[in-house]
Amino acid sequence: MSSAGRGRLRIYLGYAAGVGKTYRMLEEALAMRQKGIDIVIAYFEPHGRQETIAKTEGLETIPRQTLVYAGTPFEEMDADAVLQRKPAVALVDEFAHTNVPGSKRLKRWQDVHVLLEAGIDVLTTMNVQHLESLNDQVWHSTGVRVRETVPDWVVDEADEVVLIDLTPRALRNRLERGVVYPQEKAQRALVNFFTEGNLTALREMAMRHTAHEVEEKLDAAPGPVGSHPDGRKERILICLTGSPSSAVLIRRGKRVADYLQADCLAIHVSSTPQGREAVERHMSFARNLRIAAHLLEGSDVARAIADFARAQRVTQIFMGRSMPRPWWQRFSETIVHQVVRQTRDIQVTIVAERRR
Amino acid sequence: MDRRPDPEELLRRVEAGEQRERRGRLKVFLGYASRVGKSFRMYDEGRRRKQRGQDVVVGAMQSKVTPDIQEILARLETVPPISTRHAGRDYEVIDLTALFRRHPEICLIDGLAYDNPPGSRNPQRWQDVRELLNRGIGILTAVNVQHIKEQQDKVERITGKRSAYSVPEEFLREADEIEIVDAPPDALLDRLPDGSMPDSRRLAELRELALLLAADVVERQLQEYIDAHGIAAGWGAQERILVCLTPRSNAADMLRSGQRNSARFHGALLAAYVQQDHLNAKDRQNLESHLTLARELGAEIHCLKGTDFVDAILQFAREQRITQLFVGHSLRDRGWLGRSPIDRLIDAADHFDVRLFPHPGES
Repeated sequence: MSSAGRGRLRIYLGYAAGVGKTYRMLEEALAMRQKGIDIVIAYFEPHGRQETIAKTEGLETIPRQTLVYAGTPFEEMDADAVLQRKPAVALVDEFAHTNVPGSKRLKRWQDVHVLLEAGIDVLTTMNVQHLESLNDQVWHSTGVRVRETVPDWVVDEADEVVLIDLTPRALRNRLERGVVYPQEKAQRALVNFFTEGNLTALREMAMRHTAHEVEEKLDAAPGPVGSHPDGRKERILICLTGSPSSAVLIRRGKRVADYLQADCLAIHVSSTPQGREAVERHMSFARNLRIAAHLLEGSDVARAIADFARAQRVTQIFMGRSMPRPWWQRFSETIVHQVVRQTRDIQVTIVAERRR
Repeated sequence: MDRRPDPEELLRRVEAGEQRERRGRLKVFLGYASRVGKSFRMYDEGRRRKQRGQDVVVGAMQSKVTPDIQEILARLETVPPISTRHAGRDYEVIDLTALFRRHPEICLIDGLAYDNPPGSRNPQRWQDVRELLNRGIGILTAVNVQHIKEQQDKVERITGKRSAYSVPEEFLREADEIEIVDAPPDALLDRLPDGSMPDSRRLAELRELALLLAADVVERQLQEYIDAHGIAAGWGAQERILVCLTPRSNAADMLRSGQRNSARFHGALLAAYVQQDHLNAKDRQNLESHLTLARELGAEIHCLKGTDFVDAILQFAREQRITQLFVGHSLRDRGWLGRSPIDRLIDAADHFDVRLFPHPGES
């Protein structure tokens, strides 16, 4: 473990509650403590799981802070207290957690960054469905729209991602035995979210994502494989609009860019001031995912996109489907058609909204 | 989309299901290197199952075990393997006769990849395990990715070594359950600092190999689940790229791009063409050369039948859970009211992205 500079981050990644992320994290913490490493629990979520709780015995715990929101007290990690204690390693459960309004920082992963910057190593846990780029896929496979998400770059920056695997059958057995949730909740979970199909799909995502993280960290990842036929590095341009489907478009474009190790840009060409607010929201969403987002003005949208793409040496353009149009407008070209016609040497990808 | 299987398929499944019921359940713990903790996970599960009242027996263990495993072994019943020596080599062979007689509910077999000495009932240990399964004994076993036969070329490219022992991948795919045992490479080097381990870079490559192998096994399980339940094929975790080949398309660009993309995503590459009866000699020749290239690049090739190009492609893409469709287009294709086949394809593509490649020579 490093003593100087930034702390190291290790994420225990699972595919659902109950696979044993926290348990494994605590086991490794105990092993570290035996080696004499100064380690504390900065945040632990017991969920009433006795076997897991037993593993915290003998580990120092930093008390949580209590914040009152809308008349109700909420407990959060006390990052300042952890900083003051300054251990070598801190355990922080549930990386994807959103802090209660009024907290210093919006997200727990931001608290973790503060600890890392102070040179504290952090062990943390999360499930694959909290990964921003998988949000649509998870919704598609399970019907659940996950609200608490972590941008991919935050996970990419972790020094280690360790997969905590368990077969869906074993997980469902655990639920049936009441190990994960109280009986009544467990029975509901078994028929709703924890179905064999859902769990299998999520598990495959967790495996593939861990493999991806391992590959990202292999510095000599096959560079030429991801590049354009003529050897240039791929540059992906996402054309976002105010339409709600732009969120899917942004996530999809960014995901493809990440896998191709491509640069990722986004633009919106605005011809009217209408829908500015939605566009602004998508622009800031894109920036949160570390996409360079630009706002252009212009009456000829396709021309502006094509000019920008050429000037920026873009190799692929990602667009949403054009809106369905009334029949009398169908004589004129759609934006997609116009862009395709004006950018002959650039591949254009039309991203599906992927409704369920 | 509803995908009900035909009656014969159903019958085949019922028979396979019955056979499976008589067979013991196989659970495999897969790791990417020794010391990753597979054996411990296997023994620990055996211990917990025994606590829950199952009849658990150990049928094979490694010669050297760590103290934590030793502790579990002390609490489990063992049917010791038979030690023999043959041509100057020591062998441990599972005592099948004793195990058949004892007939436990669950048998733990460590070191699945071992060979038996010449003249044994089966040449390899995994074949002994299959016999136990066929007699209705459930198995928990542990294996390393470098022992999976179909992965050994890749392993050798990474480590420069090839294990003398192997288990066919098919046996792994037959498993009812497969669990991957993962750990960061640094932790392994920590545990065995004597230089007998590959370096951390090689370990990372082995780790990726094991993760992707497990993901492929799970992908197939998911497909079986979807088929068995006749449910709509959702958006899977695996990227599946379909290149649509037509005589005049820019097939080389599409296929090469498809191959790069599927390689980066560790996904699948498919190529399809819709059968047309009235192709002229030049078009037929073009199509043939596209297919040759597709084969060279490792694409899975499908010939689709149908009167309508768009409908045939759409149906196939849904069945195959395609996530990206690569298609050539011509700006001369604009039909009545400006609607070309490509427009129809884009309009109907609810579940996959459409990447457009201009036909050659139209710039």
